Amino acid sequence: MTDAALPTAQPSLRKIVEARLKQRHAEEQRFRLYGRAAIITALLFLAVLVGRIAAQGYTTFVDYQLTLPVYVDPARVQADDLSGANYDLLIADQTLARLGEKDDELGTKSGKLMELISTDLGFQVLMKVKADPSLIGKTLQITGPVRADGQLYYKGEMKRATDETERKLDNEQLGWLDKLKARHLVKSGFNISFLTKSDSTEPEQAGVLGAIVGSAMMLLVTASLAIPVGVLAATYLEEFAPKGRWSDLIEVNINNLAAVPSIVYGLLGLAVFINWLGVPRSSPLVGGLVMALMALPTVIIATRSALKAVPPSIREAALGVGASRTQTVFHHVLPLAMPGVMTGAILSLAHALGETAPLLMIGMISFVPGVPQGFTGAATVLPVQVFIWENASERAFEERTAAAILVLLTFMIIMNMAAILLRRRFERRW
Amino acid sequence: MNQRQFPLPPRHRDDDGHAAPTMHIAVARTPDTAQGAGIKIRARDVNVFYGDKQALFDVGLDVPEKAVTALIGPSGCGKSTFLRSINRMNDTIPGCTVRGRIELDGEDVNDKSIDPVVLRARVGMVFQKPNPFPKTIFENVAYGPRIHGIATGKAELEAIVESSLKRAGLWNEVADRLHQPGTGLSGGQQQRLVIARAIAVSPEVILMDEPCSALDPIATAKIEELIDELRNQYCIVIVTHSMAQAARVSQKTAFFHLGKLVEAGSTGEIFTNPRDSRTQDYITGRFG
Repeated sequence: MTDAALPTAQPSLRKIVEARLKQRHAEEQRFRLYGRAAIITALLFLAVLVGRIAAQGYTTFVDYQLTLPVYVDPARVQADDLSGANYDLLIADQTLARLGEKDDELGTKSGKLMELISTDLGFQVLMKVKADPSLIGKTLQITGPVRADGQLYYKGEMKRATDETERKLDNEQLGWLDKLKARHLVKSGFNISFLTKSDSTEPEQAGVLGAIVGSAMMLLVTASLAIPVGVLAATYLEEFAPKGRWSDLIEVNINNLAAVPSIVYGLLGLAVFINWLGVPRSSPLVGGLVMALMALPTVIIATRSALKAVPPSIREAALGVGASRTQTVFHHVLPLAMPGVMTGAILSLAHALGETAPLLMIGMISFVPGVPQGFTGAATVLPVQVFIWENASERAFEERTAAAILVLLTFMIIMNMAAILLRRRFERRW
Repeated sequence: MNQRQFPLPPRHRDDDGHAAPTMHIAVARTPDTAQGAGIKIRARDVNVFYGDKQALFDVGLDVPEKAVTALIGPSGCGKSTFLRSINRMNDTIPGCTVRGRIELDGEDVNDKSIDPVVLRARVGMVFQKPNPFPKTIFENVAYGPRIHGIATGKAELEAIVESSLKRAGLWNEVADRLHQPGTGLSGGQQQRLVIARAIAVSPEVILMDEPCSALDPIATAKIEELIDELRNQYCIVIVTHSMAQAARVSQKTAFFHLGKLVEAGSTGEIFTNPRDSRTQDYITGRFG
């Protein structure tokens, strides 16, 4: 380059750069805009989804409780046949009298009133009388929920304005509900029983406790199988196995397994665990086994990538002072990879918590009115509970479906938070 | 993809003073002792391959006892490969094969009867980049004695840690923070910690793979001082890119070029009167 060339070259270079500069900045601006738009769209969808579920489900957490004095009439409750008495009718008749109504001979009105009072109240009377037969002839104070349709009326979801033939309760029943409320026999409060009771055919008595416990037991089985097996398998593959065609084949297959549709694991579980090994169907054990199979590839992949991220200098350091390969891995490499391993494990468990399809194949879709009796007892899990309620015909299950989803999402968020916190807490610098 | 487990031995850019003219290099302070002392390591016909690529060709070298031997040469000439063959660190590199004989006190290190774990306890190693474990200073030094079962009690272990740190010249700086992470020390301190970790298992040989290339001049001076002290007890082999360093710390120097050992001899001789023209060219900064 000559001296003469310099002064002319510089302005022209500057011009060339400047000419394209505007375009380059515009490109960046456009890209930022796309990025923001994408994030806003994603957040919007998320907000709509969660918002809709929350709006639909929050009413579940309010419930209306009836408190009624019940006279245990010795004429209708015999001490030698406590279970034979119709306590629901007993309560309905007395409440009818309290409302100043006279029943006809067929008992039409008491029948209609029974549609408003949960069978839980009658059940409570039976339990109390069974525990202490001396209560016969005395008056008890019983508190229990208003039946689901009545609750819908109180919550404003069933309206008087709707044509009588179009709703489940007629005008007379709505009148009684109004009267009960006016006499302060009905109180609204936080519906704790949704979290302390299990599934029921009566929506007002149905809760998610059984499903939560079922999910927890299933995840326990999954975690205690998938994490040790997955971590050890990954450690062997990554640190010990000779690299070659076989290890490549295994790696490809593990990656493929992670992408197998979950329902296929359900079929496998049905064929192998239930039909062949005879594990009780619908149990947390078989659910956990299937989920462990499903989580295994994810745990292995997460562990391998965590192990890969450990700097080789640490391995050299340990080998250099004469640690054996096993000591190097278990004293240094694996502990350093642990945050990544745990994050992967928790995320795969969170995935297992939300999985439904394979559980339908192994019979977890049954109606289980209680907390599972051990690992081989019948159980249901949260996502399946959502599925069951979604299919239920009673209108009141609709809000419960949404509420169960909220509970499920809460657990998911807790698990994901735990994963993030674990990573933050144990991440070490080197 | 999975072959990543251990990288090939680090290759380095020549950025530390190769161009320094010979006359500025101070030749070893002590007279050459190589001839007088016994031979600790005897290498014969060593050939090393990374897969199909041959990295070392028929290297034969005697490493004297209780002296510092420097391996010099341009990048990729096989110095580190040779160093890592001595304690069989090359075993950990997939596809790396070592042929030939490397004897430690007359025993072939590649013999089936030699367990690499025992070998590496006898032949300690210090790496280019300080690599303390992300544990406390105490744990770093105590790890070796603990896994080899050298210390029987807590008191004994503490004594080993203290004497190792003292010999590595680090004790005064870390005595009051033994239970803080070793990764919190400065680069030079970390490197001395790593040397203390190597000393703690009482090795016979210490291999150093460019121990000062990641350090500043002051830290380098301290490490060199330390090497000079350690030479009285250990057989030290050091790979270095700095001709000045080789001249300062070593008694014997071996010059590698393109995988071949070109010339080896007492440091004084190599730097003042090299026999081979390639050695001459390299130490005068004409290439490398």
